[in-house]
Amino acid sequence: MFRLKIVPQKTNIPFIGMRNITFAISGLLTLASIVLYFTAGLNYGIDFRGGTMIEIGTEAATDVGRVRTIVSGLGLGDVQAQTFGGDNAVLIRLEQSAGGEQEQQKAVADVKAALDKEYGAPVTYRRIELVGPKVSGDLVNAGVLAVVLAVGAMLIYVWFRFEWQFGVGSVIALVHDVAMTIGIFSLLQLEFNLAIVAAILTIVGYSMNDTVVVYDRVRENLRKFRKMPLDELLNLAINETLSRTTMTSFTTLVALSVLFIFGGEVIRGFTFAMIWGIFIGTYSSIFIAAPFLLLVGIKRDWSEVKMASANN
Amino acid sequence: MLHFARWKIAVIFILLISSTFFAAPNLLSGATLARLPDWLPKQQINLGLDLQGGSHLLLEVDVKAVISERLQSLTEEVRTALRKDRIGYKKLSIREGVLQVQIREAAQFESALERIREMNGGGIAVLGIIGGETPELDISSPEPQLIEVRLSDDAMVRRRTSAIQQSIEIVRRRIDELGNRESTIQRQGDDRILVQVPGLDNPEHLKEMLGKTAKLSFRLLDTTVSIAEAKGGRVPIGSDILPSDEEGSPEFVVRKQIMVSGENLVDAQPSTDSQTNEPVVNFRFDTVGGKRFAEVTRVNIGKPFAIVLDGRVVSAPVIRSAILGGSGQISGSFTFQQANDLSILLRAGALPAPLLVIEERTVGAELGADSVHDGRNAAIIGFIAVAGYMMLTYGLFGLFANLSLIMNIILISAALTLLQSTLTLPGIAGIVLTMGMAVDANVLIYERIREELRNGKTPISAVQAGFDRAYSTILDANITTFIATAIMFQVGSGPVRGFAVTLMIGVITSVYTAVTVTRYILTLYLRRYRPATITV
Repeated sequence: MFRLKIVPQKTNIPFIGMRNITFAISGLLTLASIVLYFTAGLNYGIDFRGGTMIEIGTEAATDVGRVRTIVSGLGLGDVQAQTFGGDNAVLIRLEQSAGGEQEQQKAVADVKAALDKEYGAPVTYRRIELVGPKVSGDLVNAGVLAVVLAVGAMLIYVWFRFEWQFGVGSVIALVHDVAMTIGIFSLLQLEFNLAIVAAILTIVGYSMNDTVVVYDRVRENLRKFRKMPLDELLNLAINETLSRTTMTSFTTLVALSVLFIFGGEVIRGFTFAMIWGIFIGTYSSIFIAAPFLLLVGIKRDWSEVKMASANN
Repeated sequence: MLHFARWKIAVIFILLISSTFFAAPNLLSGATLARLPDWLPKQQINLGLDLQGGSHLLLEVDVKAVISERLQSLTEEVRTALRKDRIGYKKLSIREGVLQVQIREAAQFESALERIREMNGGGIAVLGIIGGETPELDISSPEPQLIEVRLSDDAMVRRRTSAIQQSIEIVRRRIDELGNRESTIQRQGDDRILVQVPGLDNPEHLKEMLGKTAKLSFRLLDTTVSIAEAKGGRVPIGSDILPSDEEGSPEFVVRKQIMVSGENLVDAQPSTDSQTNEPVVNFRFDTVGGKRFAEVTRVNIGKPFAIVLDGRVVSAPVIRSAILGGSGQISGSFTFQQANDLSILLRAGALPAPLLVIEERTVGAELGADSVHDGRNAAIIGFIAVAGYMMLTYGLFGLFANLSLIMNIILISAALTLLQSTLTLPGIAGIVLTMGMAVDANVLIYERIREELRNGKTPISAVQAGFDRAYSTILDANITTFIATAIMFQVGSGPVRGFAVTLMIGVITSVYTAVTVTRYILTLYLRRYRPATITV
């Protein structure tokens, strides 16, 4: 019977042997991400920066340049306009106005009045989002808090279920994943908003899930092969779980690609972050979380723990 | 392996049937649902504002305004008390939330302090704030002859709490009056109110209605000075210059003292004046207000008075006769819409403090419908892609996993319907993502079975071992995902929460279906066919 296989059933790829190279690459890329974050920065959406976003729809194809000219003429500070999803929709962004929330409300009314006047045919306001400075500050704090809490909770859970080395290893992998996701958003200057924070949290969950599967197999092998050298044992665990790892990543990527293509413009940034995160999360489980155990060394005699806990 | 406890089978079927039952209304249109008999479930998944269109407004209650208003009235009280006792003072002012007054004569200082202390405690009872055991004011004297008064921390907290509770109540009444009864209004954090109004394309009118405090008062005009004199700097103490909407006179000098306030109104209705044919607002006072209004109008016949709304004079008629009936009419230069809005505001009552829209997210019905359409497409195509891929990889076993996946989707739909949690666009993304990740548990099991088969086990024991060994891994892996989503739910807001909800439900249902349901299907298959070899 035909079976689709991404990786052969039984592999013996020397993942652990590549650790010096992969550590170096990951280290460099993480560093690059941090540098990017502090130099180029992130293209924050209005959730975090405050400001106004208006999506308009017109019956005929819209000339973005014209919209931009009209709105810029209102003296509302920096104005951006771009087509959104198709020719009939334009997304207008206004920066946070100095006058605070009341000014912002007035700006929306001004834009609406100007566009209604300019276009004889009805303009539909598909979406209006307005975030004042107080809220955006709160959202930044909540976002950072959520990511830190999630990573912290993972550390505690893995520590509790395994050993501290596993906890630290998985958290290093998670920090790597978060850094790389922020890095790509900084590099490509894609809009970074609340949905991206949700994506990062999901990536954290997913990457952790992947790491735990490998760690579970490591623990199992530690019990099974008492005398096997640690590097060999880790390599075996990665290879044994490799077909599962790739299979799951693949089905998830299939679902996400469908979302990316068919899910509409509004969640495209979110799906992009997720797709990127699945790659990074899968990579980090194999090339960072597992080899890290070799770096710090782990307790070898796992049978005793089991006996002891059984006796209790 | 071939044994499967009866009760587990029962649970599977009960879950399948009941969740199909509860999820089914989502496939029907509203019209079809209405025709169904009453005993059938009719609840559908609650769509978020981003899917059905509507407005999400986060309002902030300006608590500072409440506090400063209290300090203002305190200043008047202090002024009146000191004057009454002929105590000389200077520099009666408010600076950074502190009321200061300097007493001229050292000999009068003690009695001044006594007068101000008398205001403490009494003020609370008059304002009717419950639980006011602690004094409202902190009174101190940092320098000789200087008295400082500030609101105590407790008093601040009480005022904040009651301002927010009142605001929520007023906001609810105003929104109800505007006919948006589906709205949700809830307190958020210390001083914020979240208002969600579905199906509202243009929230401008709503925002306008919420943006007015609607404090109405009837006051006498100050006729001792002309406007020009007052503007020249001779505003009498106890009077203010207020802007006006009256044609021909842009400003009036109005007494600060309030004859009757909007709190004493019991009803207000838009109407048309029988003589001028102009839109007006008819109002009625409660007994107390009616009596006071009658008394004031009786004493002040022939004098002009002002109807003041939010610091603007709406109209300034002359009192022609005592108004005894307890009702009256406000005629400004209104349009009918304005008269209607004003009566809604007056009926709903005044806000204790101004509200500020600090966040707004409005989605038009059109974009909402597009999002539903896109989301549905993505979910269907996503399912076909994932299911097809599973079949290609695991053949017959892939089909079994897909059956579990279908049950998983039915369970998620039923859970979302019954919990009435809100489905948002990111929520749909969560469902599609769940489909991709849900098969993971089956992948883990199947990969294990493959290994066990390679080690030479018989089909039945390989399947058995596959499930047993993969189980703890599945639990560990899904608990971590669950923790991440639970945190997202706790910390996130709006759409992000919707995403977290579907993911959390998805994690639970997918572990159940992938482990128990797939196992049951496999048991049926193995029992029925007793295959000598299996290819996973």
